Amino acid sequence: MKDAFGLPQSLLVLGGTSEIALATARRLIARRTRTVWLAGRSSPALEEAAEGLRRLGADVRTADFDALDPDSHESALGKVFAEGDIDLVLLAFGILGDQAEDERTPARAVRVAQTNYTGAVSAGLVAAGALQAQGHGSLVVLSSVAGERARRADFIYGSSKAGLDAFAQGLGDALHGTGVHVMVVRPGSVERPQTPFATTPEAIATAIELGLRRRAETVWVPGVLRVVMAALRHTPRALFRRLPA
Amino acid sequence: MSGDTVSVIRPRTHEEAAVAVRACGARGVVARGGPDRALGDAARNAGGAVLDMTGLDRVHVVDAAEGIVLCDAGLGLHRLAELLLPLGWSVPAFPAARHVTVGGAIGADLHGCAPDAAGSFSRHVVALELLTADGEVRAVRPDSELFGATAGGLGLTGVILTATVRLLPVETAYLTVGTERAADLDDLLARLAAPGTGRPHGYAAARIDLTARGAATGRAVLTRAGHAPRAALRGAVPRARRRPLSPRALQLLPPVGPLGSLVPAGIRYLAAPRAHPGRLRHLSVFRHPLDTVSLGGRCYGRLGRVRYQFAVGHGQEEALHRIVRRVADRRCPSARAVLQRLGAAGPGWLSCAVPGWSLALDLPVALPGLAAFLDGLDEEVAAAGGRVGLARDCRLRPDLLTAMYPRATDFRALRARLDPRGVFISDLARRLAL
Repeated sequence: MKDAFGLPQSLLVLGGTSEIALATARRLIARRTRTVWLAGRSSPALEEAAEGLRRLGADVRTADFDALDPDSHESALGKVFAEGDIDLVLLAFGILGDQAEDERTPARAVRVAQTNYTGAVSAGLVAAGALQAQGHGSLVVLSSVAGERARRADFIYGSSKAGLDAFAQGLGDALHGTGVHVMVVRPGSVERPQTPFATTPEAIATAIELGLRRRAETVWVPGVLRVVMAALRHTPRALFRRLPA
Repeated sequence: MSGDTVSVIRPRTHEEAAVAVRACGARGVVARGGPDRALGDAARNAGGAVLDMTGLDRVHVVDAAEGIVLCDAGLGLHRLAELLLPLGWSVPAFPAARHVTVGGAIGADLHGCAPDAAGSFSRHVVALELLTADGEVRAVRPDSELFGATAGGLGLTGVILTATVRLLPVETAYLTVGTERAADLDDLLARLAAPGTGRPHGYAAARIDLTARGAATGRAVLTRAGHAPRAALRGAVPRARRRPLSPRALQLLPPVGPLGSLVPAGIRYLAAPRAHPGRLRHLSVFRHPLDTVSLGGRCYGRLGRVRYQFAVGHGQEEALHRIVRRVADRRCPSARAVLQRLGAAGPGWLSCAVPGWSLALDLPVALPGLAAFLDGLDEEVAAAGGRVGLARDCRLRPDLLTAMYPRATDFRALRARLDPRGVFISDLARRLAL
């Protein structure tokens, strides 16, 4: 059960090896979280992540979950929710892809879209249904600032995140009034620290913690991106195209 | 969280309540007294059902000679007091929390502000009827184990259907209300502990000015009140002399009076007289410093407030000093603090009423770092052998519960025996694994 500050006691991470998700889990374990489920394809990296969180004192379990296999989501997540209430579901899986390579090989581009969008749609709906049945909880969806406006440099990834973002917003509206809270997080780039408005997993974890307390619906990291993107959204395309990547 | 889904059932008879309990779904049921105005999550049950008990509000028997009443648990204390006042009886723990129902006062083991003689509400309960998980109604006597678990048990042992309550005799419907200023916390504790404060049915509560720091930390305005004897009405308003027990409606929200409680304690301290011996106030206009005002929550921003209430025993004044200093150093202008002295311990296993001091703090949720700050206070309270009150709690660290409430283990064991399916459950019970 979440407390007055929105701090969860149990956490389910979809995409258990994500840096951002693990930074958030570490932050929440330092607060109230005692039970953590890491869902992902079973791999040594997932076990290693679980071991790292166990050292912080949490009861960490792993669940087999594959974003590219939507048919299995119902049973995979059903098993987790059958064990007890989940206060916070962190939808954190996604792949960045390689823009140049993906453009040459459409099959690879489709894989990016399937992971980031269709996989997330299926997992998001399953998680939302389970949260609605228990009558409370938060679903935090990791979108990206790249989804706000398509850019030449990463439009395959960006378009998949744009779809996810729109889906999560609609889901949040659909669940409004049911006790389930959906929060869309739009961080700047984590992978390329030299780009402007880059951020770190720790900064995102801080923003998520604050957003949970405020029951925010949209969180930008860093916060100034809200203003920057509001301006960029209205920039004429001819000009936007010429902006440095 | 307050927006969670629940189905609210409002039974009108004991049978309807029993049907609701038997038919409840996998996510259980918990009883509450009226609309969701509690600050804590003891009366919430996300995804499950909540029994709104206010439909069960009949008075069955009044023994005006002995001062005993048998009534339904959904009856509000203010309503009960209104009915009994003309007969010369008052309700225990009144007028501290007039919104509370009889069942709520038992479930939260409400302690009024009467230090010694009166004590907490459950000490005045002679018997009660409890609807348990199997759908049966059990008569519970104060000497039984089940009574200890039910008093202060936050509705987790069952639904209280009726209660037999011993009343306090009063001669008039008026209170003698006196106000005085205490220059610092030591002064305040001395004044609260002074003999005379503890006389039967005397109320004493202090609003601490948290904007004062340094030597003045803990300065406060202390309000004392006691039921006025008939002799005290001499020379008072003619109406009071003619009808000393006038049953004027003990309205929940008189239009103007309660707004005074929104005055910040810093201004209140400066405006209060150094010492005011006392004047007559009708019960209907006297308000306890902790009484909620419908506007009150708005002062704490969109996210509202969190109530932090704890009790520490006598001899732990040093811990109380440290906590008041820490809160004052946070410099939160909208914080409220009310200090009371508690008398005898409550009978409940999870009752927060221990002989000593009780401090209730209202703090805005939006205050940065408040979660960690209150966790720090928890540790201070636990180290001093104190307890954080559960009735309005919504954030206590689960691992500290057993340290604060030694009988929590017994409570869990009794619940496992009495309610193996976990029919009675609330958000608080989920959070603290009760």
